[in-house]
Amino acid sequence: MPNASPQKTHAAGGVSIALAGSGGSGVMTAGTLLLTAAAGAGYYGLMVRTSGPQIRGGEAAALLRIAPHPIDGLDDRFDALVALDWGNVQRFADEIPLAAHSVVVGEEAEGEAPEIYRASGARYVAVPFKKTAKSIAGSWANMVALGFAGALAGLPREALHEAAKGTLKKAETVAANLAAIDAGVAAAQGVGGVTPLPPPGPRSRARWLISGNEAAGFGAIRGGVRFVAAYPITPATEMLEWMAPALAKIGGALVQAEDELASVNMIVGASYGGVPSLTATAGPGLALMTEGIGLAVASETPIVVVDVMRGGPSTGIPAKSEQGDLAIATQGLHGDAPHLVLAPTSIADCVATTQWAVALAEKLQAPAIVLSDQFLGQSRAVVDRPDELALDAKRIVPEPNAPDYKRYRDTPSGVSPMAVPGNPGTVYTADGLEHSEGGIPSGNVRDHQLQLDKRARKIAQHDYGERWADVEGEGEAAVITFGSASIAAREAVARLAAQGVRVKLIVLRLIAPLRTAELARALDGVSRVLVVEQNHSAQFHRYLRSLADLPARQQSFHRPGPLPLRPGELAETIAAWRNA
Amino acid sequence: MDLAEAPARAPRTAAAYKSSYKPIWCPGCGDFSVLSAITKALAKLDLTPENVAVVSGIGCSSRIPAYTSCYGFHGVHGRALAAATGLKVARPDLTVLVTGGDGDGYSIGGNHFLHACRRNVDLTYVVMDNHVYGMTKGQPSPTTEPDWDSKLSPGGTGVRAFHPLVIALASGANFVARAFSGDPNGTAEVIAQAIVHPGFSFVEVLSPCVTFRPEQRDWKDAVHPAPVEATDDPARAARRIMTDDGFNLGVLYKGNRAPYKGYPAPARAGVADLEKEFEL
Amino acid sequence: MTADAASSLDAFFAAAIAMEEEAAQRYEEFADAMDTHNNAEVASMFRRLAAVEARHADELMAQRGWTALPLMPRIEFEGCEGPETTPADAVHYLMTPWHALSLALANEERAVRFFEQLARSTTDETVRRAALEFKAEEEEHVVLVREWMGRVEKPPVDWAVDPDPPRYTD
Repeated sequence: MPNASPQKTHAAGGVSIALAGSGGSGVMTAGTLLLTAAAGAGYYGLMVRTSGPQIRGGEAAALLRIAPHPIDGLDDRFDALVALDWGNVQRFADEIPLAAHSVVVGEEAEGEAPEIYRASGARYVAVPFKKTAKSIAGSWANMVALGFAGALAGLPREALHEAAKGTLKKAETVAANLAAIDAGVAAAQGVGGVTPLPPPGPRSRARWLISGNEAAGFGAIRGGVRFVAAYPITPATEMLEWMAPALAKIGGALVQAEDELASVNMIVGASYGGVPSLTATAGPGLALMTEGIGLAVASETPIVVVDVMRGGPSTGIPAKSEQGDLAIATQGLHGDAPHLVLAPTSIADCVATTQWAVALAEKLQAPAIVLSDQFLGQSRAVVDRPDELALDAKRIVPEPNAPDYKRYRDTPSGVSPMAVPGNPGTVYTADGLEHSEGGIPSGNVRDHQLQLDKRARKIAQHDYGERWADVEGEGEAAVITFGSASIAAREAVARLAAQGVRVKLIVLRLIAPLRTAELARALDGVSRVLVVEQNHSAQFHRYLRSLADLPARQQSFHRPGPLPLRPGELAETIAAWRNA
Repeated sequence: MDLAEAPARAPRTAAAYKSSYKPIWCPGCGDFSVLSAITKALAKLDLTPENVAVVSGIGCSSRIPAYTSCYGFHGVHGRALAAATGLKVARPDLTVLVTGGDGDGYSIGGNHFLHACRRNVDLTYVVMDNHVYGMTKGQPSPTTEPDWDSKLSPGGTGVRAFHPLVIALASGANFVARAFSGDPNGTAEVIAQAIVHPGFSFVEVLSPCVTFRPEQRDWKDAVHPAPVEATDDPARAARRIMTDDGFNLGVLYKGNRAPYKGYPAPARAGVADLEKEFEL
Repeated sequence: MTADAASSLDAFFAAAIAMEEEAAQRYEEFADAMDTHNNAEVASMFRRLAAVEARHADELMAQRGWTALPLMPRIEFEGCEGPETTPADAVHYLMTPWHALSLALANEERAVRFFEQLARSTTDETVRRAALEFKAEEEEHVVLVREWMGRVEKPPVDWAVDPDPPRYTD
């Protein structure tokens, strides 16, 4: 049985601290600085943001996990909750589970912590954050909390100082707030409850501090994207906000479209012009875009659509994560419309998977949908610098004046050279109407069959290599998962492995086309599977069942958002399933 | 573009801009003449066909791209302006024309029309307005008269007609003109001016539908050249357009509105430089 | 450079040639449209008319020793297009050869009026003589087309009746 008790298991778990407060408390800044300080001290870490629905002044929490080894997801429990006030912070009780060993640190002036936090048995400690900050002219309470939390985690004071100096501008502000940090460090002495981090290991390679949205944007640019059109939508907007100035620096452009119908058609137009193009959105936007994605299929125009999934349907839960768009991404297009669907497996993998999506789209002249989600997109992590992938992302184009040029020529690979406007002698009209090889609209039986076959063949026959999935471990029982759900699943499998329980893990990165032959090979010797995903209707399980031969013994673990899947709950589930 | 500059070779004729693919339009359709006017305008400017892209949505008039010898993009209903905006911003070196009808541009594409006008990307938008949906067999469009009887709206829609020129002007189009398909040479002249004029140029071409609106054959007796020259004053243009009879032909507004600023600028950094902000 | 057709003999010839070319192009366009609409008989009639106009244009070019028009003529007469050009909306997919010829007749008659008016208005004697010559030639064409019309079947009263409704396309 896995160890589901709230005992600290440092080697794997690291330190988990939540910083919470309401309007103006600055907990997000404190959280970001804590992560930066951890990174500066040589640790890895992750910060997840959660907040109420208010645009300003609402309750907010920064959920951090810091460890000497790479961290992709949150732990089961928080060692400490540091709250600058309790205004509506009880709303986060589900997101900030505490254990008996945990410590709840509250602002002295606010009185007792809410019952919902004390119910865990966690110890309560009152700290005069505000009074302390008041006593140091020009300092802020969140900096006292930063010092306090940093000290609980065992981070060196210098790292906290450096992090603060990196953001604070004026000299007197710096001095005051360094003093505030020191006061917070002093206040934390002897509080306990958190086992301080062991010293970090040596830094073997360069590290980045990056969010999944930034990572996807950077991966897209690495892949060659130089044009983006998009409409603002939570939680994809930060990806666009990162890309706008980045593209401007490197000679690209971003257009803010009037709606998602426009954004997808803009990128189809730009890509038709020969420029690799992308849009980013969330579920409601993806729904509007499906017509345009169908156009990209029919006209064989490469585009990449990053869907940063959120709770659905409809407006749903915009700032929370859920893997509910798998069905629309794989099955939501009209007509027979072969296309690509990919899912990054971690924040760092957002770089590689988005780069790969661009390469595949360009190579196969097809739309690629990348299923990120709010957790990946809006969380920030310390990661090893993602390697640059040597991918063949070249679009096949005809020579000038290519003889007998036919845009939609039936080729063995299904991919036909795509002329770019300006190229002489290869003029054609791209068309969403079914067409002949030459691109002339046609409702002819043979033309339709030929073009349907061609578009299906190029997607089905491509050699996707090893990247289609991460296949790890051995065993007759296998967990199949994708996207951000894989983070908790991977940790759960590792915990079980540490206890000698062998479970194979298959994390799909290429969702469509489903690599059925490769999946069958990965399932060789596996007699039962557990499919893990974060949505209400087991979309991934049903998708796999519709296309692949899974072992007869199969089970689904699916739970909707907004709560993230926890490694502990999965470890328990997997162990119970395996022993059943 | 310097129109006075003499080309080194014989200038292209309108025929050089036509493809060998024959239109499916009903004989008598105004769109034949608009196609002819577009090719004449391109010939007048002597543009290299492969450096011109013609983008369209869905409808009778949206079939135009394949009838030209230019690069063409025949997209989905109502979204031609969006596709063209993406193309022009990504490829500012191309001359981009957008063609379509009143249903495509003013109904399903209405939002894109507003924003294309205000964005003022350097596009030329030629709308063939016949006040009817032809390809779906004669339903009322946004420019149809409220009392026009049809199967889908028996007795008429009772809804007032949309005024595309006023909307274009109010939304920020930098060039607003009305033309008539029965005058392909005049239409060609207007389209050529529209192409040369910077920013978003809007040319509304009255183009009769002989199948569903045969009474529009009478338009040739109603049209007349605009009595005054184009103005660069939007207020004057608005007044003129609001009060004319709808058959006033010519360039009605030629503005100096600020062009779109979001075209790509020369790169000042490489991809590797972008990494720096992530590095610890 | 554009010039009024009445201003010089070159301008006059340029106008006459441009008129013939435009008329020929329009007939070609009609022929294509009729082909697309499976009206082969009328398509071939328009093709013949186009050939006649194109040949005239070629002959005039040869007469002047031109390979391209030296200037762009300005023609303003009874409508927006050249006097010999059929209005684009004057055709119907069920029309008969007789209809096609009646359109040609109207064009030739307009051409007669055009040259007559030109001969009256020009101050250049060479242009006046040429215009009268061309007018006489167009009058011959009128007679020829009339004769031709007599040789083809007159359309029945219900020539435009189509029992089927229009079709959906896109």
